[in-house]
Amino acid sequence: MRRDRAAGDAAAQEPAHDAMPAVDSRLLVREEGLRGYLQEFSRKLRSGELGSLPVVVAVIIIWTVFGSLDSTFLSAQNLSDLSQQIVGTGMIAVGIVFVLLLGEIDLSVGSVSGLCAAIFAVLNVLNGMNEWLALLVALAGGAVVGLIHGFFFAKVGVPAFVVTLAGNLAWNGLMLQVLGSSGTVNIPSESIVSKLYSTIFHSPAAAYVTAAVGVGLFLAASLLDARRRQAARVPFRPVAEIVLRTAVIAALAFVAAYILNRYQGLPLALLVFLILLVVLDFVLRRTTYGRRIFAVGGNIEGARRAGISVPFVRMTVFSISGLMAAVGGIFLAGQIQSASQTSGGGNLLMNVIAAAVIGGTSLFGGRGSVWSALLGALVIGSIQSGMNIMGVSNAVQFMITGSVLLAAVVVDSLSRRSQKAAGRA
Amino acid sequence: MLTLRGISKRFGAVQALKDFDLEVHAGEVVALVGDNGAGKSTAVKSIAGVNPPDEGVIEWQGRAVSINRPHDAQNLGIATVYQDLALCDNLDVVGNLFLGRELRRFGVLDEVRMEQRSRELLDTLSIRIPSVRIPVASLSGGQRQTVAIARSLIGDPKVVILDEPTAALGVEQTAEVLDLVERLRDHGLGTILISHNMVDVMAVADRIAVMRLGRNNGFFDKRSTTTEEIISAITGATDSAVTRRQARKREEER
Ligand SMILES: Nc1ncnc2c1ncn2[C@@H]1O[C@H](COP(=O)(O)OP(=O)(O)OP(=O)(O)O)[C@@H](O)[C@H]1O
Ligand SMILES: [Mg+2]
Repeated sequence: MRRDRAAGDAAAQEPAHDAMPAVDSRLLVREEGLRGYLQEFSRKLRSGELGSLPVVVAVIIIWTVFGSLDSTFLSAQNLSDLSQQIVGTGMIAVGIVFVLLLGEIDLSVGSVSGLCAAIFAVLNVLNGMNEWLALLVALAGGAVVGLIHGFFFAKVGVPAFVVTLAGNLAWNGLMLQVLGSSGTVNIPSESIVSKLYSTIFHSPAAAYVTAAVGVGLFLAASLLDARRRQAARVPFRPVAEIVLRTAVIAALAFVAAYILNRYQGLPLALLVFLILLVVLDFVLRRTTYGRRIFAVGGNIEGARRAGISVPFVRMTVFSISGLMAAVGGIFLAGQIQSASQTSGGGNLLMNVIAAAVIGGTSLFGGRGSVWSALLGALVIGSIQSGMNIMGVSNAVQFMITGSVLLAAVVVDSLSRRSQKAAGRA
Repeated sequence: MLTLRGISKRFGAVQALKDFDLEVHAGEVVALVGDNGAGKSTAVKSIAGVNPPDEGVIEWQGRAVSINRPHDAQNLGIATVYQDLALCDNLDVVGNLFLGRELRRFGVLDEVRMEQRSRELLDTLSIRIPSVRIPVASLSGGQRQTVAIARSLIGDPKVVILDEPTAALGVEQTAEVLDLVERLRDHGLGTILISHNMVDVMAVADRIAVMRLGRNNGFFDKRSTTTEEIISAITGATDSAVTRRQARKREEER
């Protein structure tokens, strides 16, 4: 047998007879320029590919309503605080996004976040362990807890929601055990965990440079990609479109930087969150591992037959979820400067799941992005902040947050239905 | 090149395969035929590592191998097009074609090269797809099937297994696939082709293996056999449906 490389490919690429150019009037050929852009946009909308549009509309509505009810809502101070407050929820929601991409759910993240905060507080504050080491142990603890969930789900075959529901109770119990009789451990304000949350870069340059670097990277990456595509003769984005997209992103970034600078400056927590989002977005969309997560979320048997180790993907994704719960728990502990028996409880679990779904990640698996954690956390955070300003009671807040989650799930279900009709799900 | 000996597979009460033998050489097209439920797909899945057999030996280039996972089969160089296609609906055409063996550049997915190779590959199969960047969920059945066939050619297969590859295809695409099978043979690959279409089978196969109720029911050489002979082996009747009809007609004529 001949051993030339890619014999199969060569065989396939040898045209049998002159292959006629595959031109078909029904093909999706986009018109040049802005008109084509709008056309494609409306086609996507009609076929239910809503992406992040509903959530952007939601943010605009929420901000308009609260802004008109009380002018302090849109003040630089409140928006700056908001950008800090959403980080804890957002971090945990990122882990939920990963799990949702598999079409699964993790109901334990609230307890796990509380547990990891308690681990840090007890090790560092009560036992005097080095704070970096304690932080590392707490984060590793979250990853291991997630791995345990993943093991029971992927290897033993217990449905994920049962495993993580059991975990929710069990890890909450462990947290109470770890905290012991004291119940609450205060974290001093010079602790790394407190600083992680409360540090703000007061120099206006910090926010503007961050915005400029972000926009510059986006522009450079888009241009490079377009050039490589053009050289390889595959469809590429025209420069005009890249410039337009960059302009939109630049406008958002610099307005945000301006608002932050009007108050105190760029919060470290927000910067960490944004960097993490960029990195994880890259992992999901540009690496083999990310592609495997989408494949398992789309068709488990298909992924398996393509040689993907489904148990490996499942276990690591649950581990990521546990790790992100730990990260979020650390930020939440830094926010209130303590780890207590109520850490990770209340409506935290509901809020993070709501954030991921509201942000546009599908409950049905295989569709979504880590940016939905940011957008969703922004919606949830805005509602809470607005209602706090207006003095709305917790009872009403719970009901409203619940309704928003339901609305997001309804949008997800309806868009899936119209995608089915348009042959896209 | 690939030899199966005494393969058995049981699903609960159903003995899907029993003492099944099959052999494919390099540069040879073996057609596997049989009635619905004869066990053809089960045989394919045991070679591909999807459902490892309960008993029996698989030999690869003269050496016994164990294929317990799809990954093992891929590593040996066995590429399979499944009857149910096994595509990921949420991924685009490029994503599906390269799933499990993505091209990388500096450790990152090389979307540009994958897209380029996908277009070349699909062009030679004369398939028209709206765009290689739309989810396969929005393709027609035949388009999906061609994507699945194209997928088996990515990488460096030495044996290609096609489980009813032309079932959903139109005239032109079927001709392309049959051409492709001949090209695979010319390039020295072994091919196992499963089909219910005797005309296609007789057109491209070198040897024909007949299955019946999970067992071998005869091997035929294309040059020295007839369609009637194969059909009678498939139905298990010494007198096949065709001969039976002919006999009936003759009687009526009398
Ligand atoms: N996963 C399974 N579980 C239980 N029984 C199965 C399974 N897969 C196949 N079978 C049984 O094994 C037998 C052979 O099925 P198989 O799919 O191999 O037939 P086939 O020859 O491919 O038929 P067709 O021409 O319809 O594709 C059938 O009786 C079927 O019911
Ligand atoms: Mg079959």
